[in-house]
Amino acid sequence: MLSFLFKRIGQFVFTLWCVATLIFFMLRVLPGDPVEFKYTSEGGVITAEQLQAQRERFGFDKPVPVQYLHWIAGLARLDLGRSIWSENPITEEIGARLGVTIELALLALAFGLLMALPLGIVGALSRGTWLDQVIRVLTVTGQSVPSFWLAMLVILALLATFGWIPAIEAVSFSQRPWEYLAQLVVPAVVVGWRLSSVNARLLRSSLIEVLGQDYVRTAHAKGVGPARVVWRHALSNALLPTVTVIGIEFAGLLGGLVVTEQVFNINGIGRLLVQAISYSDLALLQGLVMLFALIYVTVGFAVDITHALLDPRIRIQ
Amino acid sequence: MDTAMPGPAQEAHGLEQQPVHDERVAANAVLRVRNMSITFDTEEGPVQAVRGLSYEVHAGEVLAIVGESGSGKSVSSLAVMGLLPGNAQVQADAIEFAGSDLTQLSRQRMRELRGHGIAMIFQDPMTALNPVMTVGQQLAEPLRLHLGMNARQARERALELLGLVGIPDAKNRIDQYPHQFSGGMRQRVMIAIGLSCDPKLLIADEPTTALDVTIQAQILELMQDLCARLKVALVFITHNLGVVARYADRVLVMYGGRMLEQGRARDVFMTPRHLYTAGLLASVPTLEGPLRQRLEGIEGSPPNPLRLPPGCPFAPRCSHALDACRQLPEMSPTDVGTRSACVRAAEMASGRVRWKASDEATRRVMGMPGRRPPQQAPAGAEQGDDAAPLVRVESLEKTYTLQAGFFGKPLQVRAVRDVSLSIGRCETVGVVGESGCGKSTLGRLLLRLEEPTAGLVHFRGEDITHRGDRALRAFRRHTQVIFQDPYSSLNPRQRIGSILTEPMLVHGIATDADQARGDALQLLQEVGLRAEHADRYPHQLSGGQRQRVAIARALAMQPEFIVCDEAVSALDVSVQAQVVNLLADLQAQHQLSYLFIGHDLAVVRQIATRVVVMYLGRIVEIAERDAFYAEPLHPYSRVLMAAVPSVEQAAQEGGRRAAPILGEPPSPLSPPSGCAFRTRCPQANADCAAQVPPLRDVGGGRLVACLRLQ
Repeated sequence: MLSFLFKRIGQFVFTLWCVATLIFFMLRVLPGDPVEFKYTSEGGVITAEQLQAQRERFGFDKPVPVQYLHWIAGLARLDLGRSIWSENPITEEIGARLGVTIELALLALAFGLLMALPLGIVGALSRGTWLDQVIRVLTVTGQSVPSFWLAMLVILALLATFGWIPAIEAVSFSQRPWEYLAQLVVPAVVVGWRLSSVNARLLRSSLIEVLGQDYVRTAHAKGVGPARVVWRHALSNALLPTVTVIGIEFAGLLGGLVVTEQVFNINGIGRLLVQAISYSDLALLQGLVMLFALIYVTVGFAVDITHALLDPRIRIQ
Repeated sequence: MDTAMPGPAQEAHGLEQQPVHDERVAANAVLRVRNMSITFDTEEGPVQAVRGLSYEVHAGEVLAIVGESGSGKSVSSLAVMGLLPGNAQVQADAIEFAGSDLTQLSRQRMRELRGHGIAMIFQDPMTALNPVMTVGQQLAEPLRLHLGMNARQARERALELLGLVGIPDAKNRIDQYPHQFSGGMRQRVMIAIGLSCDPKLLIADEPTTALDVTIQAQILELMQDLCARLKVALVFITHNLGVVARYADRVLVMYGGRMLEQGRARDVFMTPRHLYTAGLLASVPTLEGPLRQRLEGIEGSPPNPLRLPPGCPFAPRCSHALDACRQLPEMSPTDVGTRSACVRAAEMASGRVRWKASDEATRRVMGMPGRRPPQQAPAGAEQGDDAAPLVRVESLEKTYTLQAGFFGKPLQVRAVRDVSLSIGRCETVGVVGESGCGKSTLGRLLLRLEEPTAGLVHFRGEDITHRGDRALRAFRRHTQVIFQDPYSSLNPRQRIGSILTEPMLVHGIATDADQARGDALQLLQEVGLRAEHADRYPHQLSGGQRQRVAIARALAMQPEFIVCDEAVSALDVSVQAQVVNLLADLQAQHQLSYLFIGHDLAVVRQIATRVVVMYLGRIVEIAERDAFYAEPLHPYSRVLMAAVPSVEQAAQEGGRRAAPILGEPPSPLSPPSGCAFRTRCPQANADCAAQVPPLRDVGGGRLVACLRLQ
């Protein structure tokens, strides 16, 4: 087990290093000078000397290989550098916004699974009936409707029926917990629906396959009741492929709620990404990409561990 | 009953009026099925899978239901268990089990009966156990469910049961998962689960089909012994007539959803009174007695349940069918105490009618005009010396390296070890051995589908071990392979015609598409198919037809050497006989050499001229066919031979004989020192552990690797 862990940690570090190198050089190839952009984009004027001084301040005057070494060395110390625009440490910028994004993602995931499990199971058990058709329509819609559009609809609907929408201004959980939650619930439901659609469809097909397996027939032949056959014998096998997809989707939620955060005015990682791009903040962008890479690699690792826990064929050789 | 079919309905109705043939009183029967019919609602209309089936089985008795695929044998047993899918309708006058009529029971009552009063064991032990639950959990489940045991009691009983079915070290193994057990051990676990709640009836659906003969013998002995001791009635579903002859008290022959013959196993096999039974018996190659020139198999394939003929379902394939066969005869008593539904039963009794295969197949093949000769003599081929072997391998080795688990050192599996062998022109070398003995690997090495770790392979006197890809192409043309599974070895999206023409065009055997098409049609005819099959897709053909296509595809290359890797193992008995005959005919016609890899010693006897026995990667015996089957010399060869249940032996020896019980083959990861077989050998002594016995000539060109053999 130990050597397995070492091997995985090695892979982990190597993957992150590859991403760090790629993103560093890709951003350097882009045209435009981020420092110049910072001072001139809003009609400002900057002299060549001033610009040079600013570039020195951010370290952009050094040769690219030196900048690269600096970047990698910083990563090793968990230092992502400073944002060019706000000039705050990037770890702080991320830290301030990561919490709400994680909360939103967890809430969406919880809602998604809460919906996916029954939908998938009922769909599989009532295969070919009208109920299955209803679920199919529901899940196909969930997959094909863009969540920001749905988000708008939900907000309009809330407004039209209750004359109320979740607060748009930032509130903190400690001061007004209910308002805070209400702010998150609507986007979580909207995003979670999509998530649940993907998983319900996957669970349905994987459960149908498992229900046709010989060991399920064995369970029936032992006289096991239908509910226990599904819960104990079939579901534990059918969930295996869904775990992978849940992991990937969750990682996507942590980094990809750009539009949803924008629509609901949630100050999370997604909005930070939009800002970084619109301000040409290379340093921040670099840091965010590293964060997303870290999230994906970690989730992949967690999925592998979960698989091993759920499936003795992987755990015990 | 289906009113659209008045004929069969009336006949079937008559069945229940008949007296019970057995001397035992009907009331004693554990299970009594009366006039059962099963219909499936499918998109293509209703399918009558079973019609008018009646049988009974008593405590401690073994009833075998024998039949080919689609005969309805499995479906009828699943119906008794109430395990058929929702689109199945079961109708029966009664299915009486222990005094209650199963057709009248609620689902809840039926569920309580399953696993308690009636238990079932399935074909494939590799998939029949839940992979994410421990063996102990799966064993405890019915105990807690039906007998109300608590966790501790159930565990104790589970340990007892594992001991009962002969699983060593049960204390440790109970907490292991199915994938940590071998196939044979998993089937033992299934038997333990089946017997856990002291059932009155055990239904075993092809319980040993997926296992090696040695393991099959152990499992069957175990089931027979346990059922006799525990007074369990055993219904045994199989296609293997040898197994029936050795282990069953009574037999029921099914075909096309109908029962055709029923009676004491010995009587049915010694004196069949239905032409189907007789044809089936003639299809089975034998282990002893005079070798038949050809198997007198049955033409055609088992009927499609969607389009069953009216009357006797076997009539379309029967060489003695009469007009009267359009009406299904009732099961009636015969002169030998069995019951048969054949209008010619009396004539069979008097000897006026005997099963005889139609000679059509022979005529068709022998009368064929030869195909175009090869356009050019293969480059560099020495055709002159016919005495030289076509294929010769020297000290062939193949070692696989496995990464075991997440951690730990890589493991080495020596799949083929020090194998030397030659195959002459027009010769068939049969290779036998248990699974994992390296026989398939050897076949792939000969074709260079795998790279040998060491050793040489010569083809027509040339070393092909070190040929580059380009030079290998010529070799590939002259060597072909036919695999076991005709379902997966043909591309499902290619028509048969293009499956055949594609390799001809690729290898330049046909110059243009028209010529290739013409050749393909001729090939189809040669393997017993028709021109119209060229436009079909593989899924539209039966298993036997698909295997014929695979043979035609191999022939398209005009090869000299074909490796048949379990080429007939997946086929029904009657179809297997046809394909064996076809392979023999084609060999004579085209001067082919075969390496015939098989696990069925009787089939190998039918087709091979020499036999090679392998054990854990090594050859332990090479002998001429007749000498080998007269007396196998290596202890392993003997064990293998003794494990094969055969109809003749069972008949001669009064039905039953103790099979030698041996353990499982050791793991190829850590084979025993010295002679690998010593751990299971009845004659092994200390010397056997010390050195690997060399293959030595014991006279007449026969090679045996055994130190103990004088």
